[in-house]
Amino acid sequence: MMEILIICVSAIFVNNILLAQFLGVCPFLGVSNKLSTATGMSGAVCFVITLATLVTYLINAYLLVPLHLEFLQTIAFILVIASLVQMVEIVLKKVSPSLYQALGIFLPLITTNCAVLGVAITVVTKEFTFGGAAHMLGLGEALVYAVATSLGYGLAMILFAGLREHLAGNEVPAAFKGLPIALITVGIMAMAFLGFSGIV
Amino acid sequence: MALCLTLVCLFCSAVLAGVYALTAEPIAEAERLAQENAIKAVLPEGGSLCDPAGVEVDGAILTYYRYAAGDSTIAYAVKASSIGFGGPLNVMVGVLPDGTVYNTTVLMPMSETPGLGAKCQNDEAFLSQFRGLSPLSVLKVRNDGGDIDAITASTITSRAYVKAVSQAVAAVKLLAAEPAADAAIDLNNEEVQQ
Amino acid sequence: MSKWSLISKGFFKENPTFVLVLGMCPTLATTTSAINGLEMGLATLFVLVLSNIVISLIAPVVPDKVHIPVYIVVIATFVTVLQFVMQAYTPDAYQTLGLFIPLIVVNCIVLGRAEAFASKNGVWDSALDGIGIGLGFTLSLTAIGIVREILGSGSVFGWKFLAGDGILAFVMAPGAFLVLGYMMVLFNKLAKK
Repeated sequence: MMEILIICVSAIFVNNILLAQFLGVCPFLGVSNKLSTATGMSGAVCFVITLATLVTYLINAYLLVPLHLEFLQTIAFILVIASLVQMVEIVLKKVSPSLYQALGIFLPLITTNCAVLGVAITVVTKEFTFGGAAHMLGLGEALVYAVATSLGYGLAMILFAGLREHLAGNEVPAAFKGLPIALITVGIMAMAFLGFSGIV
Repeated sequence: MALCLTLVCLFCSAVLAGVYALTAEPIAEAERLAQENAIKAVLPEGGSLCDPAGVEVDGAILTYYRYAAGDSTIAYAVKASSIGFGGPLNVMVGVLPDGTVYNTTVLMPMSETPGLGAKCQNDEAFLSQFRGLSPLSVLKVRNDGGDIDAITASTITSRAYVKAVSQAVAAVKLLAAEPAADAAIDLNNEEVQQ
Repeated sequence: MSKWSLISKGFFKENPTFVLVLGMCPTLATTTSAINGLEMGLATLFVLVLSNIVISLIAPVVPDKVHIPVYIVVIATFVTVLQFVMQAYTPDAYQTLGLFIPLIVVNCIVLGRAEAFASKNGVWDSALDGIGIGLGFTLSLTAIGIVREILGSGSVFGWKFLAGDGILAFVMAPGAFLVLGYMMVLFNKLAKK
């Protein structure tokens, strides 16, 4: 129980995927103009990261490793993610048109969101030390890590969209308009998140 | 359509299998070289390296290499690990038989923060403290009442580094106290060999 | 379009970092020092040129419906080749860049050039386009790396001109966003003139 808590705090706040690991920055800058689209994108990313981590973890552990095909990891993972995104799109369209309306336009963008591939690769290659000895993650821990990481992504995204909505109403010098001022704002936000470092 | 994709996948897999086979040896060689260089860097000159063995300190088994000229041991290179800021931190420590540290170096991969904790690779002010460190000194960072000055703004990494060094020193004290055969553990179990 | 402008457009007019704003993740993550930025840029250049060449060759025969997956597979292949080669011959650079080497697969610059340029142009032009955009990316990353290294560690390409530490925040995450933001402002100012 304690370890799950440590994974969560570490993944959401201390090693925030966006503000500390710089994964998934492109869609973050792209869709954080409005709070509603930011929420939609966060939801879609959350869903895909968790599902992709589950599938790629299983494929890696039960297919690639036993057959000594680790060198196909990158190719296999990106193909799995691309087809997963397609499948989610089709299923969502049939099962829940309203959810599809909300998330649909973000789904194609997610294939090239490096947060998804980043988490999938990280959980099968990196040793973690959540309060204990260094070890590779088990399936359960990997899933908790994936969910917590994507929650961290959503948190940063939604906070930033809120800031950016206010920013839009302010006068800024011409050269700062658009992305530059947004990046500087993210920088200040990242500084605030640095305050969490050292907690776990 | 599906056929085309399958063909491309098959072809690419074949190419990768080929490149993998070609680079497998250079990769293994590069890894061996990195390990060897790390060991060399922490030991004095004029001896030859014995095969690795294991020694148990505080319940963890550390790999060590005896470094000897003839029958007399000049030093030990001990691979110790602890937990840094971003993940596990592995340190190769060269220790003289009396427990004096000769030199230390970080082993890759390491996941400390670039520009902060990652300085434990090359921060002269930090690393020079370990060279010739007497066995009587307190192996802790100054904040914890020890003799080592931490790297600026990287107390956690420094603490982990110092802990690894102190483990290595403890291992050598153990090895020096007992006849080597008793303390050494055969490395034929998988856990240690990795 | 002349051959030279195919290459030179990547430096300024279609600079992937400051104008197209693509591939932000490696731009922010690997520019902690000038040398790291340079290495990341060159790694991307390698994949970009090779994948552009192959994709321009196969584009005419790939059915439209599966062209994106096919391109991704081609790119992923080159990325994996790069991983092996770096592991074998430049293990130190491979360690520092870490996760961001496999992540070149999802770098929007590479897929973007494949889709927007290589699939519609000849081999020779696609190769030049890859070189141009790749060099532009390398230059931007190196420039950001230089600024962050000067401010954060008081050194340039590892050569220390300042005793002691720099402003640590600049080598950490916030510095990445701040430096990129302010350099974009500078770029906008210069572009206006």
